[in-house]
Amino acid sequence: MTDERDMYQTSHLRIVPRRHWGRWIAAGVVCLLLAALVRAFINGKIEWNYVGQFLFSQSILEGLVNTILMTFAAMAVGITLGVIFAIMRISENPVLSTIATGYVWIFRGAPALLQLLLWFNLALVFPKIGIPGLFEWRTVDVMTPFVAAMLALGIQQGAYTSEVVRGGLLSVDAGQYEAARSIGMGQLLMLRRIILPQAMRVILPPIGNELIGMVKTTSLASVIQYSEILHNAQIIYYANTRVLELLLVASFWYLSAVTVLSIGQMYVERYFARGIQRLKAAG
Amino acid sequence: MSEILVKAIDVTKRFTGFTALDRASLDIRKGEVCCIIGPSGSGKSTFLRCINMLERIDGGAIWIGGELLGYRRDGDRLYEMRDSEIARQRRRTGMVFQRFNLFPHLTALQNVTEGPIHVLGEERKAAADHARELLARVGLADKMNHYPSELSGGQQQRVAIARAMGMRPELILFDEPTSALDPELVSEVLDVMKDLAESGMTMVVVTHEMGFARGVADTVAFMEAGRIEEVGPAKKVLSEPDNARCAAFIRAVHK
Ligand SMILES: Nc1ncnc2c1ncn2[C@@H]1O[C@H](COP(=O)(O)OP(=O)(O)OP(=O)(O)O)[C@@H](O)[C@H]1O
Ligand SMILES: [Mg+2]
Repeated sequence: MTDERDMYQTSHLRIVPRRHWGRWIAAGVVCLLLAALVRAFINGKIEWNYVGQFLFSQSILEGLVNTILMTFAAMAVGITLGVIFAIMRISENPVLSTIATGYVWIFRGAPALLQLLLWFNLALVFPKIGIPGLFEWRTVDVMTPFVAAMLALGIQQGAYTSEVVRGGLLSVDAGQYEAARSIGMGQLLMLRRIILPQAMRVILPPIGNELIGMVKTTSLASVIQYSEILHNAQIIYYANTRVLELLLVASFWYLSAVTVLSIGQMYVERYFARGIQRLKAAG
Repeated sequence: MSEILVKAIDVTKRFTGFTALDRASLDIRKGEVCCIIGPSGSGKSTFLRCINMLERIDGGAIWIGGELLGYRRDGDRLYEMRDSEIARQRRRTGMVFQRFNLFPHLTALQNVTEGPIHVLGEERKAAADHARELLARVGLADKMNHYPSELSGGQQQRVAIARAMGMRPELILFDEPTSALDPELVSEVLDVMKDLAESGMTMVVVTHEMGFARGVADTVAFMEAGRIEEVGPAKKVLSEPDNARCAAFIRAVHK
């Protein structure tokens, strides 16, 4: 009988943690590969002092400012169009919803680079724009690289954003629409005060990702002479042929911008998750 | 007898290939508490939703306080109302839902002040004072700044009642306000409704709580298959109904 009692007695025994051999091996292999990569960069013909020299050069910093400016300008256009077209898409007016569907189809379908070139070269087919008789401008004066890039990137972003917003609107429970109507709210007030704030919780994480994506997409605007980071880095390396060094400088700034925005995203998501328990903002 | 507040005549509602309301008629007087009972799928919710214009009716008409719902009369023509006019008409009626439908991103207090401030254009301070008074009245003075997710079902439903009252409606519609609640939370909501009834509020209550109907209702209407089969004084309908199916339903519920 005592034997049996001993058998179930475990408090005096020592626990030997299990060894995760697979993990150790995987980690070892990956570290080795990483070390090889670092060594390649150190031994490679990279003049690190050039990287340091141009990291804070005026032209690069101006490029950074322009990149940030374009990111927010294009996103502002994108979100505005996205919300408008999402509401059009779910509206009961068949003309509006068809137009919204067509918008998404066209501008999500065509490559961003192509859309940039289209807007920038608009003057070739429309030498003048405006309302005849009222005002008119020469298209080449209006379609500066900034305006062309903002329109092209913003409008194609709007096509993606409208799908995100529509998903957000549909995610709100039908009971919320009814409760809002039952206290006498009209369509717009209901959307603004009740539906959109709740849809935000669903809309924001993907919009945050797209904002971060936009930081990098703005580099496409270098092909239409918009002087953002990559464009300015290219101008420098055309002159001094330090191609890789300047690309590394540009990478550093893109990464920095993305990092800052990721942190901001975390805080914004936390704000819109208020009132929702057990749903921590991704962080 | 007081004047008629709600007059529904031959209200008909069809969903694709299915008649949910079949010429339902009902009068509700000012200050009256009317309970609607009936088996599941008989059209009780649909009838309430028609009174609150959450559903468009296919036949018949409803008046609230002498005002025809959904149409403007001009000579011998009825013009369909615009959304904004419908929204304005809806303000006379409050609604309490089975699943509460509180706004989850707003606190209890904000849930109550939302309509008064943004729909009625009340002063923020005045709306908040009124809301605090209402929340205290439904026994939630200490929960004003809680979000719905931090409240029990019974507390949420009491906030929903305060939210409806915040709009100062002439009539409140309740659609099975206690059937989503745990049994021990039912009475706290019924008590609030009883208090509201005693204060003279006109109420239409869809419910399976026969005790509430017996104790609080002035009239009871029995619905089946989209029709109002019997309506009359609560005591009469609940104890000696004329309609055989009504009698069978009441017997079944009491088992
Ligand atoms: N949007 C809709 N589309 C199609 N049919 C519907 C719709 N809403 C309700 N119905 C049908 O209409 C009938 C009446 O529904 P209603 O919800 O009014 O019943 P009820 O009396 O409230 O039932 P319960 O006691 O279960 O809540 C049901 O058969 C239901 O299936
Ligand atoms: Mg129902």
